[in-house]
Amino acid sequence: MSETAGQQHPIGIYLKVWLLLFILSAFSYAVDLLHVEGYLRWTLILIFMFLKAGLIVTIFMHVTWERLALKYLLFAPLIAIAVLIILMAMEGDYTFMTREIFFDQ
Amino acid sequence: MTIQTDKSTSYTKPGIEGLVADWSSDRQTFDLPWGKLMMWIFLLSDTFIFSIFLTGYMNVRLSQTDNWPNPSEVFALEIAGQHLPLLLIAIMTFALITSSGTMAMAVNFAYAGNKRKTVILMTITAILGASFVGMQVFEWTKLIVEEGVRPWSNPMGAAQFGSLFFMITGFHGLHVTAGVIYLSIIARKVARGDYEKKGYAIVEITGLYWHFVDLVWVFIFAFFYLW
Repeated sequence: MSETAGQQHPIGIYLKVWLLLFILSAFSYAVDLLHVEGYLRWTLILIFMFLKAGLIVTIFMHVTWERLALKYLLFAPLIAIAVLIILMAMEGDYTFMTREIFFDQ
Repeated sequence: MTIQTDKSTSYTKPGIEGLVADWSSDRQTFDLPWGKLMMWIFLLSDTFIFSIFLTGYMNVRLSQTDNWPNPSEVFALEIAGQHLPLLLIAIMTFALITSSGTMAMAVNFAYAGNKRKTVILMTITAILGASFVGMQVFEWTKLIVEEGVRPWSNPMGAAQFGSLFFMITGFHGLHVTAGVIYLSIIARKVARGDYEKKGYAIVEITGLYWHFVDLVWVFIFAFFYLW
């Protein structure tokens, strides 16, 4: 195996990401504190969540600097999870509907 | 194991061309220390475990007809007469993010060959992780003893809340606990000088695990506590 030099990047980038994660966490906490409700709440939660997750994976876990072969290894299987989520959301809705119809009788 | 050393067709090409080159010809596909690749594959499998937990939670919450307890209220704290929603969870989140930051810097100092700073930063990471677990113990105790939440029932609403809460946060807490132990062991070995010849990839591998624990918390925080 070719001995690749380890992941080394200027320390400043970690501090910046750290600060960003703090701010984004504060924002998502603010969503709750300010009682934002409905679709706006869910959208904001998801935006802040994906931004935070993205920063952690790309910078802290160094995926940006990894090879495409590894990126595909990590991200292609996630399609299966997306399919599962869609199927289970449909199934959950269906179960809820049948319960609404039959539980009260 | 025969490994091609010809650099012209090996790990140097970027993008699609490099992807094809990595998978073609009879040689090792991933240009990584084996421990790092194994950690990535483990984390991928762990991603599936947590995704399935959270998907199960989504399915149960969608299909229940009772009232789902409002997490903002369930996890509120009363401090000096002040009602503070989700305060403990916010502190736990900041503790974990800070520990992720210190871990990232530990990896950096490890590759720079600065043993002392690496050990200090890894120790801080472990302490922050341990404090996270401590706060979680406090949270669980409060929920079980004061509020009477059980895996099969709770006074606030839908009975499914308890089982999902204990399963998801419990499994995450278990990961944090394991991470603290893992970090302590590796920090001790770094301090002892075990990796001076082998190189410090192990610190990066430990870091991957730790960042993953933080990553999972981001999703739990969003879906369980905020939703």
